[in-house]
Amino acid sequence: MTVESTAARKTTRRSSGAKRTTSAASAKKAPAAQGAEPELVQLLTPEGERVQHPDYDIDLSAEELRGLYRDMVLTRRFDAEATSLQRQGELGLWASLLGQEAAQIGSGRALRDDDYVFPTYREHGVAWVRGVDPTNLLGMFRGVNHGGWDPNSNNFHLYTIVIGSQTLHATGYAMGIAKDGADSAVIAYFGDGASSQGDVNEAFTFSAVYNAPVVFFCQNNQWAISEPTEKQTRVPLYQRARGFGFPGVRVDGNDVLACLAVTRSALERARRGEGPTLVEAFTYRMGAHTTSDDPTKYRRDEEREAWEAKDPILRLKAYLEREGHADEAFFEALEAESEALGKRVREGVRNMPDPDDMAIFENVYADGHSLVDEERAQFAAYQASFADGEVK
Amino acid sequence: MAVQKLPLAKALNESLRKALETDPKVLIMGEDVGKLGGVFRVTDGLQKDFGEDRVIDSPLAESGIVGTAIGLALRGYRPVVEIQFDGFVFPAYDQIVTQLAKMHARALGKVKMPVVIRIPYGGGIGAVEHHSESPEALFAHVPGLKVVSPSNSSDAYWMLQQAIQSDDPVIFFEPKRRYWDKGEVDTEAIPGALHQARVAREGSDLTLAAYGPMVKVCLEAAAAAQEEGKSVEVLDLRSMSPIDFDAIQRSVEKTRHLVVVHEAPVFYGAGAEIAARITERCFYHLEAPVLRVGGYHAPYPPARLEEEYLPGLDRVLDAVDRSLAY
Ligand SMILES: Cc1ncc(C[n+]2csc(CCOP(=O)(O)OP(=O)(O)O)c2C)c(N)n1
Repeated sequence: MTVESTAARKTTRRSSGAKRTTSAASAKKAPAAQGAEPELVQLLTPEGERVQHPDYDIDLSAEELRGLYRDMVLTRRFDAEATSLQRQGELGLWASLLGQEAAQIGSGRALRDDDYVFPTYREHGVAWVRGVDPTNLLGMFRGVNHGGWDPNSNNFHLYTIVIGSQTLHATGYAMGIAKDGADSAVIAYFGDGASSQGDVNEAFTFSAVYNAPVVFFCQNNQWAISEPTEKQTRVPLYQRARGFGFPGVRVDGNDVLACLAVTRSALERARRGEGPTLVEAFTYRMGAHTTSDDPTKYRRDEEREAWEAKDPILRLKAYLEREGHADEAFFEALEAESEALGKRVREGVRNMPDPDDMAIFENVYADGHSLVDEERAQFAAYQASFADGEVK
Repeated sequence: MAVQKLPLAKALNESLRKALETDPKVLIMGEDVGKLGGVFRVTDGLQKDFGEDRVIDSPLAESGIVGTAIGLALRGYRPVVEIQFDGFVFPAYDQIVTQLAKMHARALGKVKMPVVIRIPYGGGIGAVEHHSESPEALFAHVPGLKVVSPSNSSDAYWMLQQAIQSDDPVIFFEPKRRYWDKGEVDTEAIPGALHQARVAREGSDLTLAAYGPMVKVCLEAAAAAQEEGKSVEVLDLRSMSPIDFDAIQRSVEKTRHLVVVHEAPVFYGAGAEIAARITERCFYHLEAPVLRVGGYHAPYPPARLEEEYLPGLDRVLDAVDRSLAY
């Protein structure tokens, strides 16, 4: 699809009368440059009504729909458990995904096993659908390691804390796929704040120039710590893509069906060798930025309340119930499964061993290094001298 | 009142407030410095009182923050920018090293670069990756930059004033684990020069030289050594570029033993430079080689291991013993 056809498509969509939710960010003090209300791909209204979209259709079985619901519920449960574990002192920090379940599960379920994911630090839902053991995600937040999983075993890369860096890694990986002549694709997650970083803009440039099979999945949760999206951009983020020469689309990030459909289509486009797409999932961070943050310093309760009405999980639940796709037994069983997951995570964290002191010197280099060897030996001797003293 | 007891972070806040009041060209820029008042609240309340034109929430882009600060300085402003954490300065490293540091020299001295880059640095707060690093040597190695770090509230207040008044770029490292430590600040005192070291404790047997977060550890070590009958002098270097070698020399000529302490990795660190210069200057006074205590040649470890990684009282005292045993 060319840039021109994206623009043309937009017009068709506008006249198609597809239902749109209003954008909170642009409703308040929208900069003049922002212009008309941007398009928002939506397949499920906040009330849980199924609506059609001319470009993004999706037909899922009742079982698949229940699967998406289950993923979202369990991810939210895991997230809540981690938040309370942080409050209990078991974790040093936690970055909650509350409110972003649809964006993560929808996009994550669009992936094939051989696709590769480059997350930031909040993609617990994507990790879940990739099959990463949730307990493994907690090691770095507990302070026992800097990663905690083998990126290659689930094609899910390590979390990246330095904002935006991973978008370039994703692009390079995608360039590698293209060179190999493979038909898998890459997805890179990042936030609205990250869109300001040079790295992200350079990733856009490289991916466009080399036609890399990568989907840039921006979760615009409206805030970068205390700064609203308007402090990062004067145009809706999805429109950025156009200037780099690839299409951008804004999807209702609280609509799991739309997120799945839009991401699937972007991935297919990448697989066909047509290059990158920017997907902006328009969503909301319902909690604090991390457990260290105090959102009362910079945002109003009413804003959160307005977004609660668009809760991604309640929306799908309403749809499942309305269509009779799930019965009481399903919800009860899921509740029990949630409880069990919470328990498993809690116990997993509490039993997570502290690393051995010597781990400081492990994996500094793949080859040996004489300085590390020397310092390791000195450290060991020093620790041993202590132990001797205690024995006496 | 001129003398107040303030936490280090609050002393910095008062210092910024004073700078904004006295010079209309001073600007504060950075991520979350406005409404939130910075993640450590160092800029708390400043946007409310000085407005969004003076205290600027910037886009999430460090290269952009420093690069535009350079342009503002060229236009006569005095930007004080905040980098949120030590590990996030690297997107701006290019601008700092290739542009900011060299602009004055390249313009034949006709252009001044009064830019202050505030960076909370160092470990000890149980943070995740990239939130505990000590990259000062990487900056001190670059000609054209001044690199300083206060260790207490009074220095926090005064050194920041001096950094803002300096016509050279200053990398201002704030010891984040000391933000909450209280100390006296005399806002009418006449401070020592920005580059001067300070004798934090007098002693006659050995000199401990440190800066920033390690000064407190060294003072505790000196107190512990005192109980064992050893008289340890503690020098707070305050500035890593330039380094006040005269002050270290004076102390070493008296004590004849020197141990340098910092959190950053020892290899190629500030201690290496100090050891080499002091060995040149004081070869005949030294009774032991200059020893160094610091971080290992390994990435800063996860929080549960930082106690082992960071120089603590015992490691400093161990070095004191080794030095005195020569
Ligand atoms: C290079 C860099 N600068 C600053 C930070 C500190 N920081 C961590 S998260 C964050 C906000 C990120 O906002 P956004 O990209 O919108 O993602 P979100 O956390 O909202 O998902 C900031 C400023 C960082 N981690 N890396």
